[in-house]
Amino acid sequence: MSFSSPYAVYVLASYGAAFAILGGLALLAWRDWRRVKAAWERLPGRREAP
Amino acid sequence: MGKAIAAMGGFLQRQAQPARVVDLCGRFLPFAFALAVICLAAGLISALVLSPPDYQQGESVRIMYVHVPAAWMGLFVYAFIAALGGVGLVGGHPLAFHAARAAAPVGAGFTAACLVSGSLWGKPMWGAWWVWDARLTSMLLLLFLYFGHAALTRAFDDPRRGDKAAAVLALVGCVNLPVIKFSVDWWNTLHQPASVFKMGGPAIDPSMLLPLLLMLGAFKALFFTLWLMRLRSSVVAARLRAAAARARGAAWR
Repeated sequence: MSFSSPYAVYVLASYGAAFAILGGLALLAWRDWRRVKAAWERLPGRREAP
Repeated sequence: MGKAIAAMGGFLQRQAQPARVVDLCGRFLPFAFALAVICLAAGLISALVLSPPDYQQGESVRIMYVHVPAAWMGLFVYAFIAALGGVGLVGGHPLAFHAARAAAPVGAGFTAACLVSGSLWGKPMWGAWWVWDARLTSMLLLLFLYFGHAALTRAFDDPRRGDKAAAVLALVGCVNLPVIKFSVDWWNTLHQPASVFKMGGPAIDPSMLLPLLLMLGAFKALFFTLWLMRLRSSVVAARLRAAAARARGAAWR
């Protein structure tokens, strides 16, 4: 890709925005999993992995 | 035939146990993630480096490799949650509702990515960030349907009621999917007509079709990665709620 093109900024912004949205969803999913896993491990009397 | 269907039903019933679902999600996650990384690396290299600029649109055509797969995923995930909602409403298995609830925000993310990248493509090509064209408006409606689904699943004290209401919305909202697909044929739109899924085969050069399909593969694998992560969290959260309810019941007795 030519960075001297007047459209380069639009291309980079579109990739950046799309991956920011998907990356944000991935971070939220990971944080949720860590939270429920930690809560499961604190559960008294649990016998198996979550 | 009847025995085979019964055996299949028994197998699926065994796999749909909460602990088994969490175990299966954990097993499939690394493969889905690895596939997403490989396809994404190959897709980005071929989209940003190897594919040629368009003879009319120049470098801006590279936005297509993120915009079009995101649009396809927005439609695919919506059909997926509608199918899961239908299975949940008919079969009554809570796993179908968990799966739909886990998929909806990811589908909304793809739809939002499609709308934002489309806007960033529209400005240099059409001279406008947004036009109230049939394709763009129906895609925006799809995003609102996703928001409605997410809102309904959280709108009731009893999660099952929210899941059922959201499943009905997902099924009714399916009407919008053919409207999105055929809007460019039914109305005069600024948005270009279909060039890949059309009668007579794709009207796009293989040098541009390959990165498009690689990015679609990457987005599909990324969807399954995020969906599996969210599904196992949703199932474990439900087990935690059930354990808390049992503990409250025992304390009250």
